[in-house]
Amino acid sequence: MLDLSLYSSVGAALKDAMERFADEVCLMEADRERERERLTYREFNARALPLARALQDAGFAADDRASIIMTNQSKWLLSAFAIFYAGGVLVPLDYKLTPAEQWQLLRHSGAKILVTEYPIWRQLSTAPGRSAAPKIQTVLVTEAPQNADLAGALRWEAQLRQEQRGSAEPVFVPRGRKDVASIVYSSGTGGRPKGCMMTHENYLEQCVALTSLYPFWPGVRYLSILPTNHAIDFMVGFFGPFTCGACVVHLRTLRPEFVREAFTRYKITYVSLVPLVLKNLQKGLEARFAGLPRGRRKVFDFLVSVNKALTKSQARLWLSRRLLKQVHSGFGGELRAIIVGGAFTEPQTLQFFYDLGIPVANGYGLTEAGTAITVNDLRPFRADTVGKPLPGMEVKIVDPGADGVGEVYVRSKTVMLGYLNEPELTAETIVGGWLRTGDLGKFDGQGHLHLSGRKKNMIVTEEGKNIYPEDIEAAFESLAVKEFCVFAANYIWQRRSMVGEQLMIVIHLEAGQAFSEQLKQDIILRNNRLLNYKRIHGIVLHEEDFPRTASLKIKRNELAERLAKLERDRVILPL
Amino acid sequence: MPTLEETTREVLNLAATHFKLAAGTLAPEDDFFKKLGIDSLQTLELLSRIENHFGIELPDYEVQGVSDFKTLAERIQSRL
Repeated sequence: MLDLSLYSSVGAALKDAMERFADEVCLMEADRERERERLTYREFNARALPLARALQDAGFAADDRASIIMTNQSKWLLSAFAIFYAGGVLVPLDYKLTPAEQWQLLRHSGAKILVTEYPIWRQLSTAPGRSAAPKIQTVLVTEAPQNADLAGALRWEAQLRQEQRGSAEPVFVPRGRKDVASIVYSSGTGGRPKGCMMTHENYLEQCVALTSLYPFWPGVRYLSILPTNHAIDFMVGFFGPFTCGACVVHLRTLRPEFVREAFTRYKITYVSLVPLVLKNLQKGLEARFAGLPRGRRKVFDFLVSVNKALTKSQARLWLSRRLLKQVHSGFGGELRAIIVGGAFTEPQTLQFFYDLGIPVANGYGLTEAGTAITVNDLRPFRADTVGKPLPGMEVKIVDPGADGVGEVYVRSKTVMLGYLNEPELTAETIVGGWLRTGDLGKFDGQGHLHLSGRKKNMIVTEEGKNIYPEDIEAAFESLAVKEFCVFAANYIWQRRSMVGEQLMIVIHLEAGQAFSEQLKQDIILRNNRLLNYKRIHGIVLHEEDFPRTASLKIKRNELAERLAKLERDRVILPL
Repeated sequence: MPTLEETTREVLNLAATHFKLAAGTLAPEDDFFKKLGIDSLQTLELLSRIENHFGIELPDYEVQGVSDFKTLAERIQSRL
């Protein structure tokens, strides 16, 4: 691994990695059973530099912002390296957002350049909103068909060819540790986007901390499934492996059967999953075990119990792979750990995999803190906690109650600089150098953190999506009621739980108005237009005027306090 | 080549079979997440079954954001 303490920027570290690991394979890309790409670091560098030059030819300079909206694929990483090489600030956006949301974030970020895939651009270019992002000067589109109408965009691939025609080498633009490296949207596709300004130092320090527990080295293969715009995959599916000479495997088709096949075909070492996928994997395995003939099942159960006994104090991969050969062969035989993140994972799922000899690197983090805050160090494995603070992380519990539970605060070199264009929100979130996470938890005697709920009005789905109620209120705009407000149910009625979180809409009807079937159907219709993970699950009828500020904004906290006095299960009408 | 109506009907039948529902319980406008109570992963399994049935490949981007049978059938139809 490179000694990251010697570097001042992500770009500088990646640049050196290209030379240090020149002959190692850094990228593989497959589409179903077809391998489409296999690049060494030398080849990766040779392909990315012309793109960096093309960006500079287009006037892209230090601190300029460039956005990537792409599925996980080689051109994502090539483009990101080119942007860092040219001293730019990366704005990775979620390709699953709607075009309107993407335009909104493009405008908010102030990006000058957009790099995207043709199918995404096809939707983006025809959706309203482009005029709202006037700073976008250049759009580079990958994989566009021969005669496609590019709507003013340029072909990504042509930028590489221009270089072959003989223009100059790109100029590497150095950046400092405290300079902004990227703007990552942790949420906020509604009224108030939260663009976390991450510095080069944030990434360099996080990488050192994470790889001290879960190391990469040449030969390690990381299967990149979580979207790379997500802080986790950016770290463990790009920067981490690349600064260690390891290899990233991309799949263009994320169907379960092709993902399963990828484990064995590419002998995967690490993979990151969201809890929902991990749970599905568990269900699939359980069904397979249940289908074993009785005799074989007995032998299998016995081997699992032996593995459990022998790995109680520490993971012993070589032993587990021998004892439970078939299970491990199904994962390719080289899997060292599954990294799970983005949302809370239930202990029994973690235990299930550990008992099979597959450690799950369970942890806790948020984009604002530079991905991970705590991680299970497997010494010994604990399914009931989210692990201990990573090296360099100071974590404290503020205002603990009688049970020791209080708000989790974090201080570290990995904590973001702040929210883009939101000084007030930043000041509320980072107080005296400490990041207020809004999550509730406590430490046990062994230094492990236990999470037990949220203090903030938001939910995190099992798919790892952060949903802020304010962001979905637009879907209910002009609803035929006097006023409405969306809340996370657990925010009103504090529950010591990190799972099964749901949103609900509170409505106040006009005087004399009855809650009609028509109104209910309108709510259902609007709700169904939202992406499934953003939908509300209940309605609360409120009979008083909502408390409002002088500027007529709803006082959410006050309204929440009022609602909290009611009995949760009696007032929520399920949808 | 089948008509869009025929393709839609076949998609509905395949979904009903896959999720063990009686034929005729699903309609073209139905939102499959809501109607079937399934998550995105289960949808992917259904897509694989549909691909095998029609002998086509639906790239991930083609089905991104699709949540009703009618739109799904249109995407399939364009590749037949």
